[in-house]
Amino acid sequence: MHPVLKTVLGRLGLGLATLFIVSIIIFSAIEMLPGDFGQAILGQAATEETVAAFRRELGLDEPPYIRYLQWVGGAIQGDLGTSFSGRNASGTDRSREVIDLIAPRLWNTLFLASVTAIIAVPVSLFLGITSALYRNSVYDRTINTTTLTTISFPEFFVAYILILLLASLYPIFPSLANVDASTPLNERLYRSALPAFTLTLVIVAHMMRMTRAAIINLLASPYIQMARLSGASQTEVILKHALPNAWAPIATVIAFNLAYLVVGVVVVEVVFVYPGVGQLMVDAVTSRDIPVVQGCALIFAVTYILLNLIADIIGIITNPRLLHPK
Amino acid sequence: MTQEKNIYSAAGEVGSILEKRTFWTRAKIELSKSPWTARFGLLIIFIYAVLAIFAPIFAPYGEAEVFPEPYAPWSSEHIFGTDQIGRDIFSRMIYGARNTVGIAVATTFLAFLIGGALGLAAAINRSYIDQLLSRAVDVLMAIPSLIFALVLLSIFGSTVINLIIIIAVLDSTRVFRLTRAVAVNVVVMDYVEAAQLRGEGIGWIMRKEILPNIMPPLIAEFGLRFCFVFLTIAALSFLGVGIQPPTADWGSMVRDNASLIMFAQYDLKAGLTPLLPAAAIALLTVAINFVVDWFLHKTSGIRDEQ
Amino acid sequence: MNSKAQKADNLIQINNLEIEGFSDEQWHPIIKGVNLTLKRGQVMGLIGESGAGKSTLGLAAMGYTQPGCRITGGEILFEGTDLASLRDSEKQKFWGNRMTYVAQSAAASFNPAHRLIDQTTASAIRFKIKNESDAKKDAKELYEALNLPNPESIGDRYPHQVSGGQLQRVMTAMAMSPRPDLIVFDEPTTALDVTTQVEVLTAMKNIVKEFNTAAIYITHDLAVVAQMADVIKVLRYGNEIEEAETRKMLTAPKEEYTKSLWSVRSLEKKPVEAQKPILEIKNIDAAYGKFKVLHNVNISVPRGSTVAVVGESGSGKSTTARVITGLLPQLSGSIEFDGAVLPKRLEDRTKEQKRIIQMIYQMADTAMNPRQTVREIIGRPLEFYLDLKGKEKEDRILELLEMIELDGQFIDRLPSELSGGQKQRICIARALAADPEFIICDEVTSALDQIVQEGILKLLMRLQKELNLTYLFITHDISTVRAISDHVVVMNLGEVVEQGIKSDVFSPPHPDYTELLLSSVPEMDPDWLNNLNKKRD
Repeated sequence: MHPVLKTVLGRLGLGLATLFIVSIIIFSAIEMLPGDFGQAILGQAATEETVAAFRRELGLDEPPYIRYLQWVGGAIQGDLGTSFSGRNASGTDRSREVIDLIAPRLWNTLFLASVTAIIAVPVSLFLGITSALYRNSVYDRTINTTTLTTISFPEFFVAYILILLLASLYPIFPSLANVDASTPLNERLYRSALPAFTLTLVIVAHMMRMTRAAIINLLASPYIQMARLSGASQTEVILKHALPNAWAPIATVIAFNLAYLVVGVVVVEVVFVYPGVGQLMVDAVTSRDIPVVQGCALIFAVTYILLNLIADIIGIITNPRLLHPK
Repeated sequence: MTQEKNIYSAAGEVGSILEKRTFWTRAKIELSKSPWTARFGLLIIFIYAVLAIFAPIFAPYGEAEVFPEPYAPWSSEHIFGTDQIGRDIFSRMIYGARNTVGIAVATTFLAFLIGGALGLAAAINRSYIDQLLSRAVDVLMAIPSLIFALVLLSIFGSTVINLIIIIAVLDSTRVFRLTRAVAVNVVVMDYVEAAQLRGEGIGWIMRKEILPNIMPPLIAEFGLRFCFVFLTIAALSFLGVGIQPPTADWGSMVRDNASLIMFAQYDLKAGLTPLLPAAAIALLTVAINFVVDWFLHKTSGIRDEQ
Repeated sequence: MNSKAQKADNLIQINNLEIEGFSDEQWHPIIKGVNLTLKRGQVMGLIGESGAGKSTLGLAAMGYTQPGCRITGGEILFEGTDLASLRDSEKQKFWGNRMTYVAQSAAASFNPAHRLIDQTTASAIRFKIKNESDAKKDAKELYEALNLPNPESIGDRYPHQVSGGQLQRVMTAMAMSPRPDLIVFDEPTTALDVTTQVEVLTAMKNIVKEFNTAAIYITHDLAVVAQMADVIKVLRYGNEIEEAETRKMLTAPKEEYTKSLWSVRSLEKKPVEAQKPILEIKNIDAAYGKFKVLHNVNISVPRGSTVAVVGESGSGKSTTARVITGLLPQLSGSIEFDGAVLPKRLEDRTKEQKRIIQMIYQMADTAMNPRQTVREIIGRPLEFYLDLKGKEKEDRILELLEMIELDGQFIDRLPSELSGGQKQRICIARALAADPEFIICDEVTSALDQIVQEGILKLLMRLQKELNLTYLFITHDISTVRAISDHVVVMNLGEVVEQGIKSDVFSPPHPDYTELLLSSVPEMDPDWLNNLNKKRD
């Protein structure tokens, strides 16, 4: 088998294994709940029968591995169980399917993340590469100090500064990003402007610094000095000698930061009351609505693992040592 | 033969430094050459430390002391006004230094204790312990730590102890990786082998040969990990699942007073109030990052091109 | 005769060049006002020890300064154009066109992403010296001229697919492809084994002569430069010591410093009378995992003598040392010390068994903990093995420092505050502190400059006489073997090829491998390479 294929398959296998273990960890959340949580969810007035019925519904009487298989089987088919909220002591059940809670919000979150990524990735690659090329210039030092400052800011600080300036003092954008399925695209963009802007600022700082470091590292290779000494111009050095070897580090930087976006999105959604998965998850954590927490965590984890997997695969398929084996 | 003796003598051979310098003279020399960012950072860290340690002396009022007027404006009585239930914001800011920073420091220490010890063990052992720990860490790091923390907090509940343990365990994965990576490079050094050949015990080798040589990157990492932990705890508190009231904490103070921001048009000071604790967080992390940046630059031996 | 050669004008003329480098937050002079004149078709050898500034000067001849360096004075005239005053974009017209470069590490200097032939021809095509198909045809001819295997197809490979010695020759082809007026060779054979070095040197020498290209050949190895250069310039601490035509320089150097460089090779040891063996290695097999590295090795070391183990990389000589110390337990066979069998594993040996066998490493830098002072480094074995404490220990440390020709002022220094030779001496003192009978010296001089090497070797020989020590001296350097050994063991691919008294091993008849190894060691005779190749053909 070709080494590239072999390595890629190996990496895929590792990704699947990771996903498996992660799903077990998330699943065991419900196992670790204290014994009386049924009472806590249904309220003090709940009778023993309703609590017992609730436990039966959750399948707590069955052995854990069977419930794990049912849970994973359901998750693959898009069934993440039923929310804890909406239940009460009398046994009436107005709870909703977790998937119905998550689906519309997932679309919102993906929208916000994509808008951010579309702006942030090209901007930070440009800033990172140029500051690496003109390192130690005034341009580089300015960008460096600015981004070092920005990465030190909590996301909500950046968010509130933007709100103060662009929503409160100069009301250009709305401070609340309330969108729903019926919001038209341009309106949606307008209302998501501040959250997207916040995320962009945070991400660009991180991504730019990492790109700069990766490029500087690359430019220090002896073969770059060799290329210069064989008369290659700056453009040729960059395009022909640095770039073919830069895909792996750049892919890693992008994937890492998109994954970081997944986390940043939680805080930003809460600040702007943006109806996304992050806000849903925080609400669920506060009310200890475990099935919803599990569902959201699973989605975040899958995204995160997937992004890192893609970056690694790009690194593998652009590695000349693997592409052209001995 | 006599000619060569004139040219070469072992004692006369030129080393890079001719005299021995003590730690303090070296520190003084380094500090005098440090950039303004590093000095600024050190100053800020010093001020925060003093405020945190002597919080009751500096704070005009008690941490949870409630005054009749909620959302009071800035005045001589309440420098930054009061919050939604009438507590003095300035006092709570100072106590916040103690709580938020204190918890973050404790968490970082715990993370280093766990991650550092395991990392060192893995680097020295290099067999199944290393394999097992490394794979476990890979998996833990496959989930973003904020998400993981949210899941765990939803199960165990938000108490300060839970918070410290959960964040420390999650963060120790990164400490583990770094310690292991750095220590692996030191373990293969000939001087470690020389100590083994001499017959030294594992404890001596760890303490005397390895630990002193992995300290510089670990100290830098301590600063960076602290920032990360500090920001994570602040974010969790801001989300309402971190440090719980009535403990004064910068993250939850931002959340509590966030609605004031929309009054900025009418009263800029009121609008700035929720930004104050956020700025306090930002200032400390900026300061630490500046210092770490300088420290890394010094110890990595990387010289910037001119 | 080539028309270029008849024009006897100067190709390169460097006047009073000064270059500074940035370290420890300040600028230090590297080149302190050096002049250099190179005629067309002439090969100049730049030679000196580490810190002499030879690489900096060689690169400066192309108008190039490494990152962190700057030209602060003087001019670099290439056919009358001052390269020092040009901007990089203007110098690019010369680089890869009129002048090319061959780096020390070919493996790192080729771009891993491109095929060798594309990298070989890039410059010639860029400057429109040849069109693509001509350039490729020419490259294949160059590969052939450089004795590369499969010259038609080797260019289609990627850098990581060919060996180090071959890559170095491909890089020479790359340098020759645009038919430059000047090639700068920067220690091109330093990283190679001696037997490979001969092939690469021959190839480079022939091709430079064939195209009558001027060259600057930078090296620290006198014998190598003797083969390559028409003139030799000796540098020290950024100053020129002297310059002369090669034969004249070798036979009649003017300056004391140059003479001292030459004299290093004259060290010779008087044979000691044979004593009973102190260490006997019997039928040792050893492996790293599944990879077997030692096959049935037998070595006998007489007490009070020096046994040199010599071989190229991968010969198993360092592995042998690891087996003796117990770091790598053997699969089979036994090691006897003073007639008693040593346990295989280090952990199973007694403190006394550990004490009597000590080791000195190649890199003194990594052999000492950078955070411990000389007092701690030498003091620890005294305390550990001999239970010395307080004043007793302090006195013994001072005594040991005296033995290695250093004194009390060094006792509080950190390794970073010592020079290379001093560091190695402290390592010797640490070994002596254990009061050993047997010392393994693993390439102890190969990281040091020649003069320092000689000092260390003399010290080791004096200590041997005074303390009746036995040495197992592992090295790849034949001249060191000649200088210090009583017995010689030749190893290749994990097997002992030959062993015996030095005079026996070094006189014919030899087994094939010993013959190849000994004949490949460059000698200080400018005709050595030519004669060798005539003989081998």
